[in-house]
Amino acid sequence: MFEHYLNIFITTVFIENIALSLFLGMCTFIAISKKIDAAFGLGVAVIVVCLITVPLNNLIYNYILREDALTWLGIEGTNLEFVELISYIGVIAASVQILEMFLDKYVPALYNALGQFLPLITVNCAILGASLFMVEKDLMFTESVVYGLGAGFGWALAIVVLAGIREKLKYSDIPEGLKGLGMTFIIVGLMSFGFMSFGGITL
Amino acid sequence: MNLKRYREVILNPLIKENPITLQILGICSALAVTNNLLVTLVMCVAVISVISFSNLFISLIRNYIPSSIRIIVQMTIIASLVIVVDELLKAYDYETSKKLSVFVGLIITNCIVMGRAEAFAMKEKPLLSFLDGLGNGIGYSIILIAVATIRELFGAGTLFGYEVLPLISNGGWYMGNNLLLLPPSSFIIIGLFIWLIRSVKTEQVEEDDFELSKHSTSPDLTKREINV
Repeated sequence: MFEHYLNIFITTVFIENIALSLFLGMCTFIAISKKIDAAFGLGVAVIVVCLITVPLNNLIYNYILREDALTWLGIEGTNLEFVELISYIGVIAASVQILEMFLDKYVPALYNALGQFLPLITVNCAILGASLFMVEKDLMFTESVVYGLGAGFGWALAIVVLAGIREKLKYSDIPEGLKGLGMTFIIVGLMSFGFMSFGGITL
Repeated sequence: MNLKRYREVILNPLIKENPITLQILGICSALAVTNNLLVTLVMCVAVISVISFSNLFISLIRNYIPSSIRIIVQMTIIASLVIVVDELLKAYDYETSKKLSVFVGLIITNCIVMGRAEAFAMKEKPLLSFLDGLGNGIGYSIILIAVATIRELFGAGTLFGYEVLPLISNGGWYMGNNLLLLPPSSFIIIGLFIWLIRSVKTEQVEEDDFELSKHSTSPDLTKREINV
């Protein structure tokens, strides 16, 4: 049983890395990766939010939205899948807001470190993407907890690595037009090719 | 409000302030869908319609939205529009909708839509906002279509599924470049596009966020002094 969960975790972190194999959360991935400190803070925030929202959305999907999901209430023949997107984004926006207020009140140190990144996360496609892929994969509740953790961890790993490479780039002589954004795109492309080599692994 | 302003609003995002190459918006859902021109076109139409109408509707109610909950209000409008697009696509073109999988849903979190709503539609009149959405949508589509054309033509030798460069496997002369069919290649193509645009429009080149030491003997420094 433990092996099964470990399998899901490793698959989401390396083989189906949410940033470098599925290309989600790219805007923040490229915009906030100039410094390792900021990248690390954002990475931790993504892990926390993924870990909360993916299992929550899993419950919502399985007990409210999916076909015939309302039988536990005695209502038959319902299919609310068309409000899927709006409910997920609602859950994400609400949990980010609650998390922000909670941290502000009880863990001010962490709030100061993560605070500025939290609003950015609502519009990070990695979070919504993780929920949508969770539905596509048809995961159970406990599996979805592991999946959420893995998805967040994979994204955080990728952004910290990219920030590390970009800091080292200061020492290289890049053509004028390619400086900054252009070079970052090419590096992300190469990193992504690198991560594709995990693709052949079956666990 | 004169005609010149309208023209600026719709033409500027095409190259000069392109959402992908300059504003770093909306890269997320762009990359995975560009290996096939037809799928890319459908995606572009979806994005253009969502962004123009979300700009229009948000601008219409901009004076009634309390600023503390504006993100949620914007999200709700955008999400509803995306649901409409998603359902239409499922009804009329199920095959393409399967290929796009979760990426239509991800238009909600496509930062172009949110970014334009926040930066433009919250301040400007409805018609102008609609045109701004249209312009940014088209600017996004130009890059996507260019990338998709390169990837499909040189990767698979086809355009819209029709054979343009006959492949060796079909008795022709062209050897398809399989590397281009892999998603990461679109990063490299976009990177090269940015280089191209910035070589022409040099004002877009980014400044270094560090300084070279005065005593540096880097050949680069002497070159820069000549430029100045």
